[in-house]
Amino acid sequence: MSDGDATALVEHRFGPYGGQYVPETLMPALAELEQAWLQARSDPQFARELGALLADFAGRPTPLYRAQRLSERVGWPVYLKREDLNHTGSHKLNNALGQILLARRMGKTRIIAETGAGQHGVATATVCALLGMECMIYMGTADVERQRPNVQRMELLGATVAPVQVGANTLKEATSEAIRDWVSSVEHTHYVIGSVVGPAPYPALVRDLQRVIGDEARAQMLEREGRLPARVVACVGGGSNAIGTFTAFIDDTDVELVGVEAGGEGIDTPRHGAPLTVGGRPGILHGSRSAVLQDEEGQIKQAHSISAGLDYPGAGPEHAFLRDTGRARYEAVTDAQALTGFRELTRLEGIIPALETAHALAWVLTQQNGELDLVCLSGRGDKDLAAVLGEA
Amino acid sequence: MGGVERIAEAFATSGKRAALMPYVMAGFPTLAASVRAGEACVAAGGDVIELGVPYSDPLADGPVIHAAGTQALAAGASMAGVLEVARALADSVPLVAMCYANMVFAPGAERFLERLAQTGVCGLIVPDLPLEEAGELLALCDQRSLALVPLAAPTTPPQRLDAIGAAARGFLYTVSVLGTTGERNSGQDRFTGLVAKAKAATDVPVAVGFGISTPEHARQAADAGADGVIVGTRLVRAVGEDPASVGEVVGELAAALAAPR
Repeated sequence: MSDGDATALVEHRFGPYGGQYVPETLMPALAELEQAWLQARSDPQFARELGALLADFAGRPTPLYRAQRLSERVGWPVYLKREDLNHTGSHKLNNALGQILLARRMGKTRIIAETGAGQHGVATATVCALLGMECMIYMGTADVERQRPNVQRMELLGATVAPVQVGANTLKEATSEAIRDWVSSVEHTHYVIGSVVGPAPYPALVRDLQRVIGDEARAQMLEREGRLPARVVACVGGGSNAIGTFTAFIDDTDVELVGVEAGGEGIDTPRHGAPLTVGGRPGILHGSRSAVLQDEEGQIKQAHSISAGLDYPGAGPEHAFLRDTGRARYEAVTDAQALTGFRELTRLEGIIPALETAHALAWVLTQQNGELDLVCLSGRGDKDLAAVLGEA
Repeated sequence: MGGVERIAEAFATSGKRAALMPYVMAGFPTLAASVRAGEACVAAGGDVIELGVPYSDPLADGPVIHAAGTQALAAGASMAGVLEVARALADSVPLVAMCYANMVFAPGAERFLERLAQTGVCGLIVPDLPLEEAGELLALCDQRSLALVPLAAPTTPPQRLDAIGAAARGFLYTVSVLGTTGERNSGQDRFTGLVAKAKAATDVPVAVGFGISTPEHARQAADAGADGVIVGTRLVRAVGEDPASVGEVVGELAAALAAPR
């Protein structure tokens, strides 16, 4: 957690991006959530409670690991921030713990969430089991198929997994269904959004809860190398592990920040998930204005990625702002390159990364030059074995 | 006469206890069929038509209207097609377009509003554009005498309702249930408090919508003092299942609103 500043507001906008484009029914709930977060983040008791769970339940701090053979392969040192070693196997637990503690504080008894790869769904279901909350997870039927182990985990944990069969049956549709549920149930239900997307205050709230990744990594890197990394690299779907890693380095202007999006079958084809990379007119999706894949009339397009967690036509509003201001840059890695990254890391380091994370690793592997890279290893890849072996 | 005035006149001259406001999804199941559905609504007593613009991600709509929009898009309902439907109906009834924010802003709000105004559309409902985000669009609509109709929800607190009521043009769309659009069984007393609060917060007529599907619901809304009754999902279902029944369904609703008590 950052030092809680009770007077600072929760950002609603990041430059021209962000905002609250939701049905009126939800507006009072968003205001209530914002107030609750303002109070909680400056409350030492909340910080103690969350800190204890992050330490003893999640296993934080996660290690910073110097990937020796990967470093030899590329020709410069590469460090991995091991969010895959966080309990439940990804960074998603950081956010789920914080939001569900907050929801309990607000007196909510039921939790809903969307999930793509299932990592956020598993993290949410895990915390609901821990705190004894009712839990419903919305997941597109295509993702239910390709991430079956995570569906089984969620059900074991006591959550109800609601398959969503609309459109491409992936993360976009699952998010829409979760929002529709929330419109109907807002009085007793909290919606745990899983990324730095959605209406304010979510992008700022999720960033605040994920910045622990970068805060730890920055201190660990200084301790190990006596200097900051030259580059910080993370994959971007909605962009929560990337924002969580970048935030600690925003003011270190010599540190390059690189977000890696899903290039799918190539960004010159219609089948990708790289709205920040391709640019174009901003749009409104799931409550905020940001980079969005859309047609001329404003219909949202389907994204494509081999990785369910990056298969999303939008990205967090703060990322769009970081791109426009030049503080971060965004590039895309194709499905094929990501699969190569997945296999390389597994053979070189004995770490099976999530397919999402494999995009960030693949980007590093395709660079000609480097000095000192920090890569957020956002999650582990056990869930992806069927998909990857099926592609072989 | 500007769009705002046409809507006001429709409320004033409906001859019913409350104006009947049927929802028609443009382009569902085809452009021509949606024009016919609109004509049937007018012939059977519809006073204002809410014209749905099909959208890929309609967050405020339940499964029936969502599916209708998806089908309309699959059948090729572009914005140009939606405007053709509007043009065909605009002379016979005041039209209020229901359109999600991204479609308003994608071509640029001014360009979007110009097209609506030139087609004879009288007003606009943007279900995912709350008061905080609506300022610029409201000014642009006011310049063109287009009514930007805001929504009030059961969760809206009193002070906020006052602000929404003050910004309301045409009418105040009062959402009668927590949730998305769709038919619901329970009707009863839910309208009374909501309508009274909404009327106290605004000078424009108060229309009630979401979850109104039967003549009995419509009568209850009128009993509660509503100036208008919006019926959406029930009619979209009728258009999908049996287009010939649309006139009959609207006629029964109109009769329920006309009946003296």
